[in-house]
Amino acid sequence: MDELFGIPLPALAGQLTLGLINGAFYAMLSLGLTVIFGMLRLINFTHGAQFTLGAFGAWMAMQYLHIPYWGALILVPVVVAALGILTERILLRRVYQMDELFQLLLTFGLALIAEGMLSVAYGSSGLPYDNPMPGGMDLGFMFLPYYRAWIVTASILACFGTWFAIERTRLGAYLRAATEKPQLVRTFGINVPRMITLTYGFGVALAALAGVLAAPMDQVKPAMGSALIITVFAVVVIGGMGSILGSVVTGFALGILEALTKVYYPPASSVVIFLIMTIVILFKPVGLFGRQA
Amino acid sequence: MPKMSDTPSLALRVRDLHGYYGPSHVLHGMAFDVPTGEVVTLLGRNGAGKTTTMRAIIGLLHQRTGSIRLNGKETIHLQPEMIAPLGVAYCPEERGIFASLSVEENLMLPPILNPDGLSLNEVLAHFPRLAERAKSPGTKLSGGEQQMLAIARILRTGARFLLLDEPTEGLAPVIVEHIGKVLRELKQRGYTILLVEQNLEFAMTVADRHHVVEHGQIVDSFTNDELLSDTDQLQIYLGV
Amino acid sequence: MNSVTEKRPHIASIRPRNTRWFIALLGVLALAPMFIYPIFLTKLLCFAVFAMAFSLLIGQTGLLSFGHAMFFGGSAYVTAHALKIWGLPTEVAILLGTVFSASLGLLVGLVAIRRQGIYFAMITLALAQMFFFFCVGLPATGGDDGINAVPRRELFSVIPIADDRVLYYVVLAFFIASFLLVYRVMHSPFGQVLRAIRDNEARAVSLGYEVGRYKLIAFVLSAALAGLAGSLKVLVFRLATLVDVSWSTSGEVILMALVGGIGTVTGPLLGAAFMLTLQSALQGLAQWMPVAQGAVFVVTVLLLPRGIAGTLGQIRKRSRHNPSDKPINHVTTPHGNNRAARALVDKTDTNA
Repeated sequence: MDELFGIPLPALAGQLTLGLINGAFYAMLSLGLTVIFGMLRLINFTHGAQFTLGAFGAWMAMQYLHIPYWGALILVPVVVAALGILTERILLRRVYQMDELFQLLLTFGLALIAEGMLSVAYGSSGLPYDNPMPGGMDLGFMFLPYYRAWIVTASILACFGTWFAIERTRLGAYLRAATEKPQLVRTFGINVPRMITLTYGFGVALAALAGVLAAPMDQVKPAMGSALIITVFAVVVIGGMGSILGSVVTGFALGILEALTKVYYPPASSVVIFLIMTIVILFKPVGLFGRQA
Repeated sequence: MPKMSDTPSLALRVRDLHGYYGPSHVLHGMAFDVPTGEVVTLLGRNGAGKTTTMRAIIGLLHQRTGSIRLNGKETIHLQPEMIAPLGVAYCPEERGIFASLSVEENLMLPPILNPDGLSLNEVLAHFPRLAERAKSPGTKLSGGEQQMLAIARILRTGARFLLLDEPTEGLAPVIVEHIGKVLRELKQRGYTILLVEQNLEFAMTVADRHHVVEHGQIVDSFTNDELLSDTDQLQIYLGV
Repeated sequence: MNSVTEKRPHIASIRPRNTRWFIALLGVLALAPMFIYPIFLTKLLCFAVFAMAFSLLIGQTGLLSFGHAMFFGGSAYVTAHALKIWGLPTEVAILLGTVFSASLGLLVGLVAIRRQGIYFAMITLALAQMFFFFCVGLPATGGDDGINAVPRRELFSVIPIADDRVLYYVVLAFFIASFLLVYRVMHSPFGQVLRAIRDNEARAVSLGYEVGRYKLIAFVLSAALAGLAGSLKVLVFRLATLVDVSWSTSGEVILMALVGGIGTVTGPLLGAAFMLTLQSALQGLAQWMPVAQGAVFVVTVLLLPRGIAGTLGQIRKRSRHNPSDKPINHVTTPHGNNRAARALVDKTDTNA
């Protein structure tokens, strides 16, 4: 068959691939938010800007240091994470005892500054970034670009790696314990404040990594994070801020669902995730994988 | 890491300890000693300040003034993660078993801060039930098992000074007896234990010395021998 | 950091002293057009009403709405459309806009109120984004161009608001009415219940209050007021665009309320004045605006969390040693009682 419900298979497959890619980004970004929230009880509104910084970092690394994509993939998340760690130590720590809404506003302000500075420096139209894996493979019913396959693979690896680190390693056990009872864990001699800082750094690294992955997709623009992050918030509300696995699964699922909507009912495609969010809130407010705090 | 071989004679020396929760003045100049190798209890009603004192010693009570010396080292200004390596471990009243970790993960969680501690096998020898339940989630255990896990957990770290907050609360007599046996054995090995207990009868089976706490101060102290020989005193304090 | 002894910003009661301040303020506002460009002042008052709407919600109920632009801009579109396309009288157009926002507020509120705190904020953001996309796609909004050249017909068929000065005084009247309304709400039993819910929702529930309903009413009221501001704004600029429903507008009103002082009565006006002054200061450097806004957010949260009005009120109180001050509320002062914040302080506290 070369049609599914009236849509030719190549078109469907093409859209689904895009959906999978969007889902890959949704998954990575909501994973980063969940990890940070679990440990710090903070909604990191700066996440979108950190994603954008990742993309710009890749561009800058190429432009000024002639570091190619594969080097940027390792280097940029580390640098952006370092920036995040500085931010946490100098700024975020001061607002932990404030109402959570003030914390939100602080991270929001930081996002505005970061994106604003990039906009001032590089304008709002995009900067190009070369595709490091040009070409693709012919699968018969569709043409799959190598880079797109790479994005999905990288995202799955990153998500799985994070899950594994948290659920199956000793460090992850420290993290889970400190999330539950931070005071008690300190009495074991474990430096919980440092762990918090590093957790934030890790979440930021995930955002920046996603940014590097995104750079060759389209152009690198200052606003690329802020548009994406609002959708990611909806994803997080749908999945619930409870589980690592939940945010990954929800991210990918919603990406695919969005793509299907684009194919079969285009007018709703930009709002379908928000619609689902509304439905989830009405029927299961804590989210699909959420647990009542 | 302080060498455990030249332990000073006092594992703990508390002087003029004042503690606050916000504006609430909870400890009004606690002062007592815990000699190395002894088991000492803090007795008193709920709200007297016993648990607060423990939290102050382990560093969890942020607003504290005075002097707390662990093995001779002043710790009044230290963070909990800096106090633990001095060889002290804390078992809170609520036991603190992590729900998101298995029994095994709970047990293995605290890092070994001193090689003089019990090995895993030795710990499991004291609490065989834990080996059977290794893979269960931490909170699926019964109260008694959770208490044993909480104690086992800190025995591995190598800490030789244990702070135990009401270890027998709500437990069946059989388990209480088991815990008493373990504590006496630890004492034989030279451990120092500070115990908060409401169960005076239990306390008398393990302790060398008792301090009575009221309104954040020590109001009376006596050795275990003195208590055993003075049954009138005993009645008064059992009524506490 | 003694959170329990921190004082709540004193909610001014109706005392002779305050009435004098109010008259003085009115006097200043009445005479202002003689010194300052009327359109700027009118714009200020519109945004002040918008900020009051937002501040009422977060100050009294603790609900942070990240999508208030949908009420402001939605009403603007309705009003503009009513005036230009349907040719309705001015007062009807304003009413339609306000009613629209109130209705939208009801719909959004029913969904969003099911979650609290940061989740509530995220949900309002997402729903506002949805509304934004809806407006983008709807031909009636005029897309990127918006609805322009909106006529300024006589209010009630007599008042010639085509004249900028007359318009100013009309908007001032609306501002005063809104101001009094907000003031009244804050000092009513309804306002007290709202604050009780904000401070300890579980307790309010146990006392038998229908917490959801109270929050919803406050939300709808806030939406309606924001809608009024949007309608008035259309009269001033004769324009309704996508920017009005975008989340940058949502962000701006938050900034105004924050800088002015959340939970204070004069805060919104001060915050709006600050924002508009900042905008004119950055006239030629429009691309620095987001950076400036972000910086203001950061500085305000870290150094002046009570905002201008709140901090001034704090200074005034300290010099008066008012003994009747009650313990803090968790939004208008920064030292929260929320469990999450406390847990985190415990995690990172380096002051032994």
